[in-house]
Amino acid sequence: MSRPLATALVLALGLAVLPWLLGNEFYVNLTSQILIYALAALSLNILVGYAGLTSLGHAAYFGGAAYACAWLISRGGVDPTVAAVGAVAFGTALAAVFGVLSLRATGLGFLMITLALGQIMWGLAYRWNGLTGGDNGMRMGARPAPLGLDISRPMPFYYFTAIVFGVALFCLWRLARSPFGASLRGTRDQPRRMRMLGHNVWLVQWVAFVMAGFWGSIAGVLFVYYNQFISPNTLALQQSAEILLMSILGGAGSLAGPIVGAVVITLVKNLASSYVDRWNTLLGVIFVVSVMFMPEGLVPGSQRLWRRFTGTAAKPQADAPPSNAGALVRRSSGRSEGA
Amino acid sequence: MQFWVIQTLNSFALGGLLFLLSSGFSLIFGLMRVPNLAHGAFFMLGAYVGVTAMGQVGGNFWLGVLGGGLGVAILGGLLERFILRRLAGNEQGQVLVTLGFAFIIADMCLVAWGGDPIPIPAPSYVNRPLFFAGLAFPSYRLVVLALAIVMALVLHLVMDRTRLGAMIRAGVDDMQMARGIGIRVSRLFTIVFCLGAGLAGVGGMMGGPIMSAYPGLDADMLPLALVVVILGGVGSLLGAFVGSFAISFIYNFGTALFPDLAYVILFLPMVLVLVLRPQGLFGRMLR
Repeated sequence: MSRPLATALVLALGLAVLPWLLGNEFYVNLTSQILIYALAALSLNILVGYAGLTSLGHAAYFGGAAYACAWLISRGGVDPTVAAVGAVAFGTALAAVFGVLSLRATGLGFLMITLALGQIMWGLAYRWNGLTGGDNGMRMGARPAPLGLDISRPMPFYYFTAIVFGVALFCLWRLARSPFGASLRGTRDQPRRMRMLGHNVWLVQWVAFVMAGFWGSIAGVLFVYYNQFISPNTLALQQSAEILLMSILGGAGSLAGPIVGAVVITLVKNLASSYVDRWNTLLGVIFVVSVMFMPEGLVPGSQRLWRRFTGTAAKPQADAPPSNAGALVRRSSGRSEGA
Repeated sequence: MQFWVIQTLNSFALGGLLFLLSSGFSLIFGLMRVPNLAHGAFFMLGAYVGVTAMGQVGGNFWLGVLGGGLGVAILGGLLERFILRRLAGNEQGQVLVTLGFAFIIADMCLVAWGGDPIPIPAPSYVNRPLFFAGLAFPSYRLVVLALAIVMALVLHLVMDRTRLGAMIRAGVDDMQMARGIGIRVSRLFTIVFCLGAGLAGVGGMMGGPIMSAYPGLDADMLPLALVVVILGGVGSLLGAFVGSFAISFIYNFGTALFPDLAYVILFLPMVLVLVLRPQGLFGRMLR
């Protein structure tokens, strides 16, 4: 049996039996939350990890799709399945437009524009009372039943989320190994060479942006299903920052990294909120500490330690995924030279 | 008529505040290549520190402004010297650190000053409106505008006429060359970061009588500063000046006329500039 297939089977089996091991509904719900955030972090990782484009506005698609879903169901009275499709279409279309605007700049200009666009979405949700309910947000009567599935109890919802997550993970795994994934990494590492080879660098990056928006929207729909409530907080900078932190804390550019990041951040957030009220401070501290002391992320960092521990000499990896944040910036400045 | 006068003056005052905020942001971005995401938090901290300092010195507003500016400038200097300096060359890491500090500062302000807005009184002699031609002019707004213009002139003279300004411009234009001819660019970083942070702090306290100090002020101001810099161009004082007033007029009249859509209206000039002139009105392409 091939190694990816074995990994997939172990993962599927693990996801299937996990709620039985946890037992308690609280932990089942927590696991669902982790899966939703892991999907959001994985979607952002398409941009941050593979394309080398750091976006600070990912909540726009996550929260935008969640808002669209809540609005279609509670105000529009639309069938839940249609609402879910409409919400994902909205989030993806939003990413298509915002992608055109953000990709006018490279490097940190890109980061600044995505942040500004994300804040404008937040401002809209906050101020446009008639459409979004303003600061009070929108509440759904009950958890919707897409495709006629009753997922109102924690267990069925968990399995629903796990299946969506599994499908998404498979698609993202295929994406990373596909020719498109290779050309995406190419635009990250050697934009000028890619251009000389006849690749349309801008188009590759834009398609990646739209894909990130698509999977982020799906995570957003799951999020609003889970909470049955949406408020401007879901579109705030803090939400974008949390998702970005999940992507880079674990180690961007791999599939395992964002998942580990989502597990750590969601657990810390839930654990911390039961003791202290200062999640924002803690979030800031984790940001500072992880950038200063773990620039490569938890997964590559512990892999390095593991190799040292087992005595395996680290292979020189010319094609290694980005190992630290600084490398991303150097590459992006290389790109703008060519522009 | 009164509506237009008031809104125009409000826009001028907000434009002045935005200039204090975004000129520092733009200079830091131009020189260090780092969009300082803690700038909104600096603005808010300036208001809080300023109003506390004002209480300590018996209610003198201008000493409060000084206190807010100095306090935030010192914090900015420490942040640059002891945190950002250690990440030299890793601009993306630096941005993420400033974002982390934005959250920490905002949360610590909530701890220290509580969740209720703190009103900041303007000095009594500018608290009354001026009456002219049968219309009332809120005079404090004029003070803010005047101070912003004076600051703009001072900054322009410093940048254009002094040795320090020449060194900063050299660093913005070509950092390696500036280093090569013996300019200590790292010391410029600290100076510019202190200056930018201090300007934001002064802006926060000057904005106090109009907006008061409240949690969330940082999140309200940061996107405005970003849009100003995207519009005006990175590293350009003129761009920050023009952008500030353009955005404040658009934002103020947008809020007054179409309260629901203020942020959509803010979005339009940004889209136009990004499509037609992505480096901003007065900016150059960042290398």
